[in-house]
Amino acid sequence: MRNAAVFFHFTFFILKFNIYINKFLCALCELCSERLRGDFALNKITEKFYLSENVVRMVLEAPEIAKKRKAGQFVVIMTDEKGERIPLTIADSDVEKGTITIIFQIVGKTTTCLAALNAGDNISGVQGPLGNPTEIDNFGTVVCVGGGVGVGVVYPIAVSLRKAGNRVVSIIGARNRDLLILKDEMKNTSDELIVTTDDGSYGFHGFVSGALQDMIDSDEKIDRIFAIGPVPMMQAICDVTRPYKIKTIVSLNPIMVDATGMCGACRVSVKGETKFACVDGPEFDGHEVDFNLLASRLRMYLNEERESMERCRCGRDER
Amino acid sequence: MRKENRWKDAGAEEMKDKKERETIHRQGMPEQDPKLRTRNFDEVPLGYTEEMAVAEAKRCIQCKKPLCIGGCPVDVDIPGFIKLIAEGNFSGAARRLKETNCLPAVCGRVCPQEDQCEKICILGRKGEPVAVGRLERFAADYERESGNITVPEIARSTGKKVAVVGAGPAGLTIAGDLVKLGHEVTIFEALHKAGGVLVYGIPEFRLPKKIVEAEVDYLKKLGVKIITNTVIGRLKTVDELFEEGFGAVFLGVGAGAPVFMHIPGENLSGIYSANEYLTRSNLMKAYRFPEYDTPIVRGKNVAVIGGGNVAMDSVRTALRLGAENAYIIYRRTEVEMPARIEEVHHAGQEGVQFKLLTNPVEYIGDKDGWVKEMKCLRMELGEPDESGRRRPVPIKDSEFVMDVDTVVVAVGTMANPIIPATTPGLETNRWGHVTVKDENCETSRRGVYAGGDIVTGSATVILAMGAGRKAARAIDEYLKS
Ligand SMILES: Cc1cc2nc3c(=O)[nH]c(=O)nc-3n(C[C@H](O)[C@H](O)[C@H](O)COP(=O)(O)OP(=O)(O)OC[C@H]3O[C@@H](n4cnc5c(N)ncnc54)[C@H](O)[C@@H]3O)c2cc1C
Ligand code: FES
Repeated sequence: MRNAAVFFHFTFFILKFNIYINKFLCALCELCSERLRGDFALNKITEKFYLSENVVRMVLEAPEIAKKRKAGQFVVIMTDEKGERIPLTIADSDVEKGTITIIFQIVGKTTTCLAALNAGDNISGVQGPLGNPTEIDNFGTVVCVGGGVGVGVVYPIAVSLRKAGNRVVSIIGARNRDLLILKDEMKNTSDELIVTTDDGSYGFHGFVSGALQDMIDSDEKIDRIFAIGPVPMMQAICDVTRPYKIKTIVSLNPIMVDATGMCGACRVSVKGETKFACVDGPEFDGHEVDFNLLASRLRMYLNEERESMERCRCGRDER
Repeated sequence: MRKENRWKDAGAEEMKDKKERETIHRQGMPEQDPKLRTRNFDEVPLGYTEEMAVAEAKRCIQCKKPLCIGGCPVDVDIPGFIKLIAEGNFSGAARRLKETNCLPAVCGRVCPQEDQCEKICILGRKGEPVAVGRLERFAADYERESGNITVPEIARSTGKKVAVVGAGPAGLTIAGDLVKLGHEVTIFEALHKAGGVLVYGIPEFRLPKKIVEAEVDYLKKLGVKIITNTVIGRLKTVDELFEEGFGAVFLGVGAGAPVFMHIPGENLSGIYSANEYLTRSNLMKAYRFPEYDTPIVRGKNVAVIGGGNVAMDSVRTALRLGAENAYIIYRRTEVEMPARIEEVHHAGQEGVQFKLLTNPVEYIGDKDGWVKEMKCLRMELGEPDESGRRRPVPIKDSEFVMDVDTVVVAVGTMANPIIPATTPGLETNRWGHVTVKDENCETSRRGVYAGGDIVTGSATVILAMGAGRKAARAIDEYLKS
């Protein structure tokens, strides 16, 4: 057993060493170094910072994904060999630097451990881009609603919609002022930005759904709505827009395993039909989604998550 | 005079050998005690000792025209490798196996030999066939454990590049064959580990993952490049692979999409597809949670729907995860079960309860959305259907309810649509399986070949390997022309 471990570390070391030498020899040939990584596909973290107390923005080296990804797509991340596979939306990418940006909230063991890593560290794998890209068109006036960490997901969509010529109105919200993220980025990519906080510590006092209702009441014509955030928020937005028949796209975040359509862990019910969010989604017409089912399936491993957290040694580092 | 004598002696020797042979019975396989093994994930059959292997190998009568080879999808020289075992040359036997089968340690464990080589072994007509599978496993294990693995000669580089999509048995086989012929082979695998069903589906207690890892490492030694975490169709398309300079593409992406029954309540918490249940346990090692991060529901009353190998693997996994009652719910009888007899037998030994002629019609959940009951109908067998098996028909008013807290649906798989959807001109049949022109595995797209479950629908490891082998020959020809 020990021998095997020593052997493993040794081969690993040689492999890593090889990667460096080869990277040096043909720094330009990305394909080559990509290849050499073989089974040990490592991705380096190049930047990390906290957007709020428990939301982290992280930049990772993933040149091929950076080139290929479109708004609305996600990656699956594994922090280490024993880790879980978790889906995270690609918030941004930089083709030149060969990096992608992810934004995540620290909720369980995996995100806690991920947040404990720093620039220069490696994670064991990034798979993507996955899921269908957002349907982008010039719809006219669109409203992008983001709640909590969902702002990170709606942000790339707002960017693409703006590029496609839409008038973009964004509504972003959080429980309080300190938890608001990407306010400036959203402002820069929107024609109009409305900010809400549940406690009124910043902007409109109330929920994003309330701000949207006000906007509808003011008779402004809305052609399409993109609403991304916690399940109750998406459900509330859909309840607001349903009577007006305004098409409302939501991005669903069920538990996933392979994220290639192989396991069905991510199944959701849309218009009474079972869909796999990882390949049929992650975006669906919110008026057709069974949110109660989504919410109950998301609770499936609460006990295990707690157990995992109790054992977790990844301390929260200082920021 | 002398010559005659020699012949006579030889004849007598042969007679003696034959006598000796007839007194040896097929060597049983030592196994872990059923009571102990349901509490661990260690392998169930323990493997032959050297003595047992030699004794078993001596039973082979070395037919002049061996029928067994015809029963093997990859034409292993069965009498040849068995003879080497009988002579005590175990490494030689392993090398002989590897000439035609690059995954003998895997095949020796999971091939349905009773339907292939052993089915037509001449000894089987009067008594018991030679235990080809167990001998195959023995030779392969011997070589691996001796650490004395020889790498065969690799032909001079042809300068041609081949992309293999999917690192299951089909992809691994073709990669090994083509790299030996001097082509540069790169495997693109969607998951983070190579092996396909061998790593995500088949459980540790039937196929230890270190064996698959050793086989994959061997391919790397041969020079095969394996790039994981790469979903072809998403990160790059088949057409983009050609643009990158690959001369041919092989699709070995398996039949990886689960089938559900579309009955009420099927999305309740606690209901899994077999693919998810097994992937969590095997690939993600959820049975070692919380050491590994991925969780799995450890149900007390677990119902597994289906009667195939996948169902047996799931139900035996459930037992090992601590189920008090682990049921197989199957709508026909034991005779029609597609699972290997050995697996059904093992499951029975371990305490699995078989509810045959039973079909679920609805799942009932508690207030939190967890499955708590399963409504079933009793069935009887009617007229035979297209498959020739008698069709199960529900018995009127036979509804009953079972208490369950976990359900695993193992009623089959379909083709995964990612590749066909992103590869213009790639033809598929009405089940979504990629169609191939002939034995050569060529698809409707020039330079694109396919084999394994993506073509046949879920089948076996060895058939996938056989397809990989044929496609390797075809691609080699294609690249030369
Ligand atoms: C639980 C279970 C038990 C079984 N038991 C037995 C048994 O005992 N004996 C037996 O002979 N057979 C058994 N089988 C069947 C056998 O495993 C399969 O027939 C065989 O693995 C098929 O091989 P394959 O190479 O075609 O595909 P797979 O093994 O399915 O491999 C396909 C690979 O391609 C990858 N892939 C898919 N899509 C993409 C993509 N777009 N890009 C990149 N990669 C992709 C997948 O991740 C996977 O790794 C069993 C199957 C299961 C599920
Ligand atoms: S996560 Fe497995 S099918 Fe979607």
